[in-house]
Amino acid sequence: MIMSPRYAWPIGVALLIALPFVYRDPYHLHILILILIWSFAYTSWSMMGRFGLVSLGHGGFMGVGAYVTALLWNHLGLSPWIGIPIALLCAGTLALLVAYPCFRFRITGHYFALVTLALSGIVLQVITATRDWTGGSLGYTPERTKGSHIVALQFDDKTVWYLIALAVWLAGLLIWHLIDRSMARYAMEAISEDEDAAAAAGVNVTFEKLRITVISALMTALAGALYCQYQMFISPDTVSGIAVSLQMVFAVVVGGIYVALGPTVGAIITLLLAEFLRIFFGTKAVGYDNLVYGVLLVLFIIFLPKGILGSILDRLKGVPVRQTVAKKPA
Amino acid sequence: MESFLEIFDIYLLEAVVNGILLGGLLALLALGLNLIFGVIDVTWICYAELVMIGMYGMYFLVQYYGISYFLAAPVAIALVAILGALLHFLVIAPLLSGPPINQLLATGGVLFVLQSFATVAFGIDFRNLGIRLPVLAFAEMHFSYARLLAFGAALIGMVVVYLFMTRTYTGTAIRAIAQDRQIMALMGVDTKKIYLITSAVGGALAGLAACLLVLQYDVHPFVGLSFGPITFLICVLGGLGNFVGGFVAAFVFAEIISLGGLFSDLEWGYVLAFVFFIIMMFVRPGGLLARRQ
Amino acid sequence: MLELKSVDAGYGSFQALFGINLDVKAGEAVGVIGPNGAGKTTLMRVISGLIRPTRGTIAMEGTDVVATPAHLIVGLGIAHVPENRRLFPRLTVQDNLKMGAFMPQARAKFADRLEFVFDLFPRMKERRNQMAGTMSGGEQQMCAIGRALMSDPKLLLLDEPSAGLAPVVVQQVFELVKRIRSGGLTVLIVEQNVQQVLKVVDRAYLLEAGTIRASGTAVEMRESDTVKQAYLGV
Repeated sequence: MIMSPRYAWPIGVALLIALPFVYRDPYHLHILILILIWSFAYTSWSMMGRFGLVSLGHGGFMGVGAYVTALLWNHLGLSPWIGIPIALLCAGTLALLVAYPCFRFRITGHYFALVTLALSGIVLQVITATRDWTGGSLGYTPERTKGSHIVALQFDDKTVWYLIALAVWLAGLLIWHLIDRSMARYAMEAISEDEDAAAAAGVNVTFEKLRITVISALMTALAGALYCQYQMFISPDTVSGIAVSLQMVFAVVVGGIYVALGPTVGAIITLLLAEFLRIFFGTKAVGYDNLVYGVLLVLFIIFLPKGILGSILDRLKGVPVRQTVAKKPA
Repeated sequence: MESFLEIFDIYLLEAVVNGILLGGLLALLALGLNLIFGVIDVTWICYAELVMIGMYGMYFLVQYYGISYFLAAPVAIALVAILGALLHFLVIAPLLSGPPINQLLATGGVLFVLQSFATVAFGIDFRNLGIRLPVLAFAEMHFSYARLLAFGAALIGMVVVYLFMTRTYTGTAIRAIAQDRQIMALMGVDTKKIYLITSAVGGALAGLAACLLVLQYDVHPFVGLSFGPITFLICVLGGLGNFVGGFVAAFVFAEIISLGGLFSDLEWGYVLAFVFFIIMMFVRPGGLLARRQ
Repeated sequence: MLELKSVDAGYGSFQALFGINLDVKAGEAVGVIGPNGAGKTTLMRVISGLIRPTRGTIAMEGTDVVATPAHLIVGLGIAHVPENRRLFPRLTVQDNLKMGAFMPQARAKFADRLEFVFDLFPRMKERRNQMAGTMSGGEQQMCAIGRALMSDPKLLLLDEPSAGLAPVVVQQVFELVKRIRSGGLTVLIVEQNVQQVLKVVDRAYLLEAGTIRASGTAVEMRESDTVKQAYLGV
C-alpha cells in the first residue's frame, strides 16, 4: 500500500497544484495559504533547530522582513520585488550581527536562546518606538496599488497567492533536502554533538553555524514579507516579538523537529487548532486559544519530545518514543 | 553644592540617580533568574510573566479587596513563591533528565499560558493600584517615592537572600548543589527538595519585584515583555548563575536605559542597551566579570 | 555492623558487581583491595545508596537499606568520602564542613563536631575561611574526611584516600586513618595502595572484575600468594 517516495512526491505536488483549479472555497483556500506560508517559516526555523541551535529570535527576522518591505513600498514607492531583497539583506545582516559574536565566543544553549530571545523583544520594541513610521502597536498596512498588481505584488485572486505560497513552501523543502544531502549537514551534526571535537576534526564551527543561521534568517524574513503582502496588514504582535518566536518553536515541536515535513505538520495542526479555537470560543473569548496552545506545548515537550510526526515515524521504525538514558557513573 | 550642580546638567544627574534606582529592581529580577539557573540549570523564560501575575495579585488585593499595600505585599510574594514551586514541580521536574533545551521551551510554553491566562481572566486593560506616592524634591531634582521605596526594598530583599544563602544550612546547600550535584545525597541532602525550595525562593523574588513594579507601572497581560528581555540580557552579560555579575550588569543596563530614555523614548533606551550588549559580547564574551584568558 | 549479601550492581546494562558478600563488624577496619576497574568505587556507591543494587541485600545494623533513598543513608550513620574527594571547590572549608553536618541530627551537634574535626586537623582550622578548591591535595583529602566526620558517623567509607597524593602525603593520610579508627570508628576503605592499606586494616577483601577473589586478615592477605604476586610486587 505504501507508495515509494519516488512517486509520492511528484504526484503529491501535482495534486497540490491542481487543487485551487478544482476547489475554490475562498475561506479554505485562505487557511491553506496561511498554512503554507507559516509552514515555510517553521521549516526555516527548523533549519537551525534540528542542529540544536535553538533560536528565539526568529520573530525578529520575520518582523524585519515584513516591515522593511512594507515601509519601502509605502514611503519610497519601492516595489516588493526590490523591497524584499533589501528586507532579506537587513534580516541577514541582523542575523550576522547577533550570531557572529555568539558563535565566535561560544555562546550556546541557554545563552544563545536568551540572546536571541532578547533580539526578538528588541525588534518589537523598535517597531513600537518608531510608531511615527510603522504605526506602532496599532499595526501597518501597505498601500493598495493603483498600478500594476505584479509590480506591487498584490493580488486579489487567492489562487495566485496559493500558487506563490506553494512554490515558496516547496522551495523551503528543497533547501532542507539540499542541506540534508550536503557536507554542511555532517558538519552541523558533528557540531551539535561536540563542538570541540568537530573543530578538532577540521570543521570551521563558526562559519558552519553562521551559514545555517543566515539561510534560516533569510527564509524567515521572506516568510514575513509574503505574509505582509498576502494579509495586507501587519502588527508587531503578529510578525515579531517573543510570542511569534515561541509560536514557531511550538509548531515545530508539535510537528517534529528532525523530519522535513515535521514543521508543516506542526503548522497544519497549530493553525487548524487556532482556527478551531477562534471559532469555538468566538470573538468574545480572546486569549483562550493561546491558553490551550501553551498548555499543549508544555504537554508535548513533556510527553512527546520528538513531535507527532517524529514519534509516528519512530514507532513505525520500532524505536521507543521515550528512550531512557542510563545514568553514567560520575 | 550649587556650583557642582551648575557644572552637571541637572536632568542628567536626575537620570543617573533614576538609573541607579531602576538598577536595584533589575538586579532583584536578575538575582531570581540567576538563582534558578545556578542551582537547577534551567532558565525560566516565563520569569517576567510570574512577575506579571504577582502584579495582578497586588492589584486585586489592594483595589478589589481593599487590603492595605503592606499587608497585600507578603500575600502576593507568597502567591508567586507557590507558583514558582508549582512551575518546578509540574513542568521542570519531569524534564530534568531530558535535553536542557526542552526545559527552556517548556517554560516558553508556560509564558504563553500565563499571558493568555491573564488575558482571559483579567482582560487586556491597563490597571494600576491607584496609589500615587508623592515626589521627593531634592536640590531641584525630582525623585518619586515609589522608586526610592522600590530601590530600598529591592536592596533589602537581596540582603535577605544573601544572608539566607550564607547563614543557613539550606542556603549553603543551594550554593553547594551548583558545584557538585551528584554527591549532595552523601551530605544527606534531598536535591529534589532543594530544587523546590530554590524555585520557591526564585518565585518569591519575582513576587517582591511585582510588589515594587506595580507601584510604578500599570499592569497588563504583556507587561512582562517590557522587562523580561532586558533581564535575560543582564543575566547573560553578568554570566548566568553569577550573582555578582548579574548585580553589576543590572546597574550598567539601568544607567543605559535611563540615560537613553533621557534623549528619547524608553523603548530606545532598550535598543541602546541591546546594542551595548552586542558590543560587550565582543569585548567580554565570558560575561562582565569573567577573567580574560 | 554492615553486611552485604550476594549483591549485584551496575550502570544501565553494564554490570559491575557480581554476588558480593562482605561484612564489617563494629570497631573494625576493613580494606577492599583490587585493580582499577574492579568495581571498588561501585561497591562504595552501592553501600551509600548512590546506586541501587539489582540483586541482594545490604543491612546496616540489621536493617535493610536497599530501598532507602541515598540522602537518608547518612542518617543511619554511614559517611562516604568519595573518590577524588569531591569537595565543593568554591565554598569555604567551613562551609564544606557545614554541608557534612546537613542532617538534622548532625546540626544539633555542629559546634562539638567542628571542634572534633579541628582537633583532628588543626590545618583546617587555619584555613577555615579559604576556598576549598585552592588547597593542596592532601589538605583537600583532610577536608573531605573532616566533612564526612561532621555527621558523627558510625561507619566511615573511604574511597581511594591516597589517590593523586604525593608519597609523603599518602603516609600522613594513612596515619590519620589509624588515628580515626583508634577513636572507635568503624572504617571501610577501598585502596589500590595495597602495601599501605594492609598496615592499617584488620581484614581485607580482594575484589577483581566485580567478584570477591579472596579475603582474610591483613596478615593472611599479606602472606597470600595471589596478593603478593599481583599487588605487592614480591
